[in-house]
Amino acid sequence: MKKYITYRSHRWPVSFLLDRRSLAVTILLAMLTFFVVVVSTGIGELKIAPVDVLRSFFGAGDPAHSIIIQTFRLPRIFTALLVGAALGVAGAIMQGIIRNPLASPDMVGVTGGASVAAVAFITYVPTASIHWLPVAAFVGAGLITLLIYWLSWKDGVTPLRLVLIGVGLGAGLSALTNLMIVLSPIYLTSKAVIWMTGSVYGSNWTNVFTLLPWLAVLLPLAFIMARDVNVQQLGDDIAHGVGSRVEKQRFLLLLISVGLAGSGVAIGGAIGFVGLLAPHIARLLVGPAFGALLPVTACIGGLMVLLADLVARTAFSPLDLPVGIFTSAVGAPFFIYLLYKQRKA
Amino acid sequence: MKVLFSNSWSKSLGLLVALLLVIASILSSIVFGVLDTTWQTAIDAYTNFSGTNEEIVIRDVRVPRALIAAVVGASLGLSGVLMQVLTRNPLADPGIFGINAGASFAVVAAVNLFSISSLTAFTWIAFAGAALSGVVVYVLGSLGRNGLTPVSITLAGAAITALCSSFTNGLMLLNERALEEVLFWLAGSVSGRSLEMLWTVLPYALIGWVGAVILARPLQTLQLGEDVAKGLGQKTWLVKIATGVVIILLAGSAVAVAGPIAFVGLVIPHLVRPLVGNDLRWTMLFSAALGAILLLTADIGARFIAEPKEMPLGVMTALIGTPFFVYVARKGISRK
Repeated sequence: MKKYITYRSHRWPVSFLLDRRSLAVTILLAMLTFFVVVVSTGIGELKIAPVDVLRSFFGAGDPAHSIIIQTFRLPRIFTALLVGAALGVAGAIMQGIIRNPLASPDMVGVTGGASVAAVAFITYVPTASIHWLPVAAFVGAGLITLLIYWLSWKDGVTPLRLVLIGVGLGAGLSALTNLMIVLSPIYLTSKAVIWMTGSVYGSNWTNVFTLLPWLAVLLPLAFIMARDVNVQQLGDDIAHGVGSRVEKQRFLLLLISVGLAGSGVAIGGAIGFVGLLAPHIARLLVGPAFGALLPVTACIGGLMVLLADLVARTAFSPLDLPVGIFTSAVGAPFFIYLLYKQRKA
Repeated sequence: MKVLFSNSWSKSLGLLVALLLVIASILSSIVFGVLDTTWQTAIDAYTNFSGTNEEIVIRDVRVPRALIAAVVGASLGLSGVLMQVLTRNPLADPGIFGINAGASFAVVAAVNLFSISSLTAFTWIAFAGAALSGVVVYVLGSLGRNGLTPVSITLAGAAITALCSSFTNGLMLLNERALEEVLFWLAGSVSGRSLEMLWTVLPYALIGWVGAVILARPLQTLQLGEDVAKGLGQKTWLVKIATGVVIILLAGSAVAVAGPIAFVGLVIPHLVRPLVGNDLRWTMLFSAALGAILLLTADIGARFIAEPKEMPLGVMTALIGTPFFVYVARKGISRK
């Protein structure tokens, strides 16, 4: 059997190779995701059997179940999935253009920008509607990225400078965040800290539908640019050599990554380690080619946040903990293990 | 490179001036503050103590604060030099490399799990946390295929910082009382510490200072490159480990007393280089002095800048340090 399926359209200028293995992994993961969604919808204060969950999906379930599922559980689960997918893909793109396995939006200051904006919003305009919080976070992430990009510009932007300046600004931003938290009244503090840990508590359909368009636009866009990411991974010189417009593509990819990370962080708060880890796990499964990596990363990111949130809301019941604690608790040791393994390879 | 102090005589003179400036900063730190005091009261508080408010403030608040700022600043400056030499990274700093975050996490964890609340107890815990995270970052940073590159260790530091701070946040949410207690410590400050805390860590800081000066010569050799140093008969692993231990002692004792204060270690070596050039022994001495001056003046500024509230010192240094960091990152990398 051939390793690739070749697709060539006779009408449109489109052609691509599909890796069989990646295709199989993607389909399997999609099925797994669906399965986890169904099961975790059933788990909670009130247990609902998976069959009943499915029935209620199709509008044929117990009305009491349907209300719980459709107004409380499903929005939260979808939010978790989408946030995870957005963060995961954002991390994958970032690792591609920076060419370093340790890069991710939370490392290079993007999330830091969102945190400053969100905490400023929480502490300085506590009376404003909470619906504007995502907007503030998104704007913060966007502005800080532009600032990082601008500061790294010096006859073009090298990935190295991008990382270093991002990390430096990130450290400065976290000092600013600390300042605002210290100066704010204590009842706002815990609100700010919850945001900074990352939580999908109390999500509703509005959250889902705010997030969905971003993913719907940016994920396909990232997919189209997959080839460029692959070329960028080879290094600037080679990318120039094969005719890539390196600088322009890097900026575009950065924007896509920040759009995804910003929207994810805006809804879910600063959930850590998903953007860093999901691409690594995906790479173990399907290898480094970006076209295959993208859907797999999205699934894995979504699964990570979904499962972490499942633990966060059930394991310490009645306490409903922020999901970010668990993504970090699982993510960090695993990440160290990955680094260790890479050394031997 | 043009160096301000080119021979030993001018260097000694420069160091003398720096030391005088340290003393001047300590004295101004004692006298200037929200509560106006005069030089006369400051002297009276020790020679002719009469128990007035001003004199008590000077004895119990201002003097400990000034001394702590001086010691912490000197330690941070030295740890910055050592880290930058050891990792060959012009951006090295206890804040960037995750040492501060590790200490913060250790303190918050201890407050939560063992309900420790005295600042003195924080000292030891912070020390342990700083040591642990320092080692982890160093190991993580040197794992990759290319070994210890500036980017990989910077990112390893950022990763450990992210990890520790998300755990810290999580723990603070579980226990809001603890949150209130550690919040100000977490922002980094030298105020409200007793002299006792300084005495606890001073021995370690002193060992660190002496160690830094002793290590200056071997490190100078090591800077020529690992192969050259080995060829000259140096046990490079020994020098590296000793440097690591001294860094932990310095950065650990600083964070233990003052909480996480970033960017002093980053800025100082870059300020000292144009003064004395590449001689590491002089660099050490000057770094200690300039570190103390920087932190003392930042602390005096922190009292006035957000009056009537006090700005956390860690935020002050970050505000000074971030633009500096960006400057160094832009300059340092383009040279390659």
